Amino acid sequence: MDSNILFSLFAGAILLFAILTVTTRKVLRAAVYLLFVLVSTAGLYFMLNYNFLAAVQLTVYAGGIVVLMIFSILLTSHISEKARMATLKEGVFSALTVVAGALLTIVLIINHKFVATTEPAISTDVQNVGRQLISYGENGYALPFEVISVLLLAAMIGSIIVARKESLASNVKSTDNQE
Amino acid sequence: MPMNAYSYTLLILLIPLFSFLLIGLTGHKYKPIISGLIGTAGLLIVAVLSYMTAIKYFWTDHVEGTAYTSFKAFETTWLHLTDNLTINLGVLLDPISVMMLVVVSTVSLMVHIYSLGYMKGEKGFARFFAFLSLFSFSMLGLVLATNIFQMYIFWELVGVSSFLLIGFYYDKPSAVSASKKAFIVTRFADLGFLIGILMLSFTTQTFDFQTLVSSDGPALTHTGGAVFMGLSAMTWALTFIFIGGAGKSAMFPLHIWLPDAMEGPTPVSALIHAATMVVAGVYLVARLFPIYSIVAPDALTIVAWVGGLSSLFAAIIACTQNDIKRVLAYSTMSQIGYMMLALGVSGYGGHDGLGFMAGNFHLFTHAMFKALLFLGAGAIIHSVHSNDMREMGNLRKYLPITHITFLIGCITIAGIPPLSGFFSKDEILVAALHHNIYLFAIEFLVAGLTAFYMFRLYFNVFWGKERHYHHTPHESPLVMTIPLMVLAFGAIFAGFLPFSELVTSDGLPFEAHINYAVAVPSVLIALVGITVAFLMYRRTSAAPDKVASALGGFYRGAYHKFYIDEVYLFVTHKIIFRYISQPVAWFDRHIVDGTMNLIGNTIEKSSYLIKGFQSGKVQQYGYVFISGTILLVIIFVYLW
Amino acid sequence: MTGNIPLEYFLVLSTLMFFTGIFGFLTRRNLITMLMSIELILNAVNINFVAFNHYLYPNQLQGHFFTLIIIAVAAAEAAVAIAIIINIYRSFKSIEVDKVNQMKN
Repeated sequence: MDSNILFSLFAGAILLFAILTVTTRKVLRAAVYLLFVLVSTAGLYFMLNYNFLAAVQLTVYAGGIVVLMIFSILLTSHISEKARMATLKEGVFSALTVVAGALLTIVLIINHKFVATTEPAISTDVQNVGRQLISYGENGYALPFEVISVLLLAAMIGSIIVARKESLASNVKSTDNQE
Repeated sequence: MPMNAYSYTLLILLIPLFSFLLIGLTGHKYKPIISGLIGTAGLLIVAVLSYMTAIKYFWTDHVEGTAYTSFKAFETTWLHLTDNLTINLGVLLDPISVMMLVVVSTVSLMVHIYSLGYMKGEKGFARFFAFLSLFSFSMLGLVLATNIFQMYIFWELVGVSSFLLIGFYYDKPSAVSASKKAFIVTRFADLGFLIGILMLSFTTQTFDFQTLVSSDGPALTHTGGAVFMGLSAMTWALTFIFIGGAGKSAMFPLHIWLPDAMEGPTPVSALIHAATMVVAGVYLVARLFPIYSIVAPDALTIVAWVGGLSSLFAAIIACTQNDIKRVLAYSTMSQIGYMMLALGVSGYGGHDGLGFMAGNFHLFTHAMFKALLFLGAGAIIHSVHSNDMREMGNLRKYLPITHITFLIGCITIAGIPPLSGFFSKDEILVAALHHNIYLFAIEFLVAGLTAFYMFRLYFNVFWGKERHYHHTPHESPLVMTIPLMVLAFGAIFAGFLPFSELVTSDGLPFEAHINYAVAVPSVLIALVGITVAFLMYRRTSAAPDKVASALGGFYRGAYHKFYIDEVYLFVTHKIIFRYISQPVAWFDRHIVDGTMNLIGNTIEKSSYLIKGFQSGKVQQYGYVFISGTILLVIIFVYLW
Repeated sequence: MTGNIPLEYFLVLSTLMFFTGIFGFLTRRNLITMLMSIELILNAVNINFVAFNHYLYPNQLQGHFFTLIIIAVAAAEAAVAIAIIINIYRSFKSIEVDKVNQMKN
């Protein structure tokens, strides 16, 4: 398939579903539209030959975050419930600002001359990505890898602490007091 | 003399304080009478201790022929400011403080007992006794002060308790304004006292009384210091201190609070405004007497003349008043004038110190008979429910005990021998005669006036025409008449105390004789006063009105207390308030407050204007952030 | 595979996606949809990184790894945010941003 058509397809899907995500009044649908946006983005990554990244995008974003959001939507609101939106005035002003910002950025992008490096490209297959991710020499990303794993651990524990029921928290408090 | 043998005197201070706290804090929890009994029992102990102390000090521990020493039974450092400047609290015993101890505790005990009957059923019975205990504590602390600063502290405490007790009926506007007046006037005078203390202690570098009055101490060896307006620093200091004393002792022209203070319950008048607090000024001068006498005789002259003029002034006014308590109040002022004058004409040491002895003697006897008279007046008011002697008459058959005791008080104050007033007054007249013939003349006249106005009061109340009473007057209960009898006993026999051997300026006894050249005329003029009063008031007649109209303007002036209150009002309202306070208040209200309000309003307005930015709405913040970023980008990319 | 697609296409796409996300962030009242808008913004940024890496610096994988890390952070952020949202819902019985206006209730 022609890559132009493929790109247009993905780009169109991304834009359409992104706009639907922020405008639909049904929260659960917004989550589903977001899922489409994320999947289309993964498609773009595949186009660029970043297969590992695309896989991560699909599993983490589509499989993880969106599912998490759907769960929380189900926990906090009714399916039939329509989300409240901003007032018309706020909406208009936000739209104006956003359009102005977008236009400004696009103008800047088009007027800018991007210069590509002349160095030879390296492989982006999973093997190479994996090696770079855990090596610590040149082009090694072991440190960010470790840091992000600690961050994930912290976030995991943190969200457990934050989200758990008050009774548990008060139990903790009372045992604190006893000490 | 072993000091700790007297350390129990600390209890004299602590017991009233304790009963004040006990009644004040827990008085509402039990029946009122229990509060009264607590206060009275405390005072009974204090009185017993005081008598013990007096007997021990004056007789048991005293070696014949030696001077009475002054010593501190107890002293502790209260505030250690610097090594040179400490403020101590303690108990100082010397002849005058022991004498005052007896006076204060006796009168206070009598008033406590009397109040059990007089205040019965009053709202605030417990409060009354709490305040009485507070007053007793303060007054005893004042008397026993070891240094002038402690005296100042208790001086103010006494003022506060006086304020509280005058304003005891705080729902009565006249009582409230009288208490305010008393507090403000004495407070104003105390400013003088404070300035005096500061000047004195600055000059002598000490607060301590013993150091101040010791013959080789910094005060007595002081040459007088820098001269200002012809008077030395010490003279100024002592004059200022005397202003404080004059304020408390209601000396002219700071006397205006005393007649109004009669708004308080009568036992309070007897205790505070007749026998104890108002003589604090006399006590203060007596306390610092060696300094007055040796270093600042000019200040002593001021004391003498202020005392003399006050006594004359008050005696004249007393002749015209109709409120029995006011008559007694002016009488008190007049008698305190006597004491001041006695101190003022006295010299230091030996027989020269006759005036000093006489002043303290009169203080002692006056406390007895004036408390008696006030309590008697209280008994009369209690039974008639009026203060106005024009509404009384022929009460002698209803109030026999009150009548007899009141008569004893009147005779005593008139100075008829052998009652105590005669002896003390006689000594004062002798001392005045030795010093200054004009002062003697004034006091001689006042002696006659005193007899006149007291018997005017007596005849008006107990003789004269029978009035119509709301209900038949009845004699007071025993709890009120016993103090009257005790005080009458004191008034009769206090004169036989050998005061010239006990309380003298240098502690050494001297021989005092009755000077017949003075005594006989003074008794005669007193008899003249009594006779005139008898003729005018024995039966209700037109004579008093005739005399009053003959005297014309003078009578009206005296009746209106010589317009001193009006002068004060004129000075304060028309001059100070209008030309000083009002402009200052205007400045404060419009300029100072205006500036502050302007600042405040500006901030408030601008806060209202910018408050919208701090809405707490995260999306608004986000909007501002995004638009700001876009604007910055436009500025930096295109406009820079 | 992307031979004739210019870099600018990717950038314009990510710009539009980014500002769509911002629009959503500014106009939605529901906390979860606000969170979705943030995910949109992050995705736009990711596309940028990937595109720059692919077109301008194919000799290394910095953009790639940056995107990877952003995805990880986004996952962490979403987890914590949703925990907070659920907690807020418990306290306020609402997850609308303008109703959550008390420190303590």
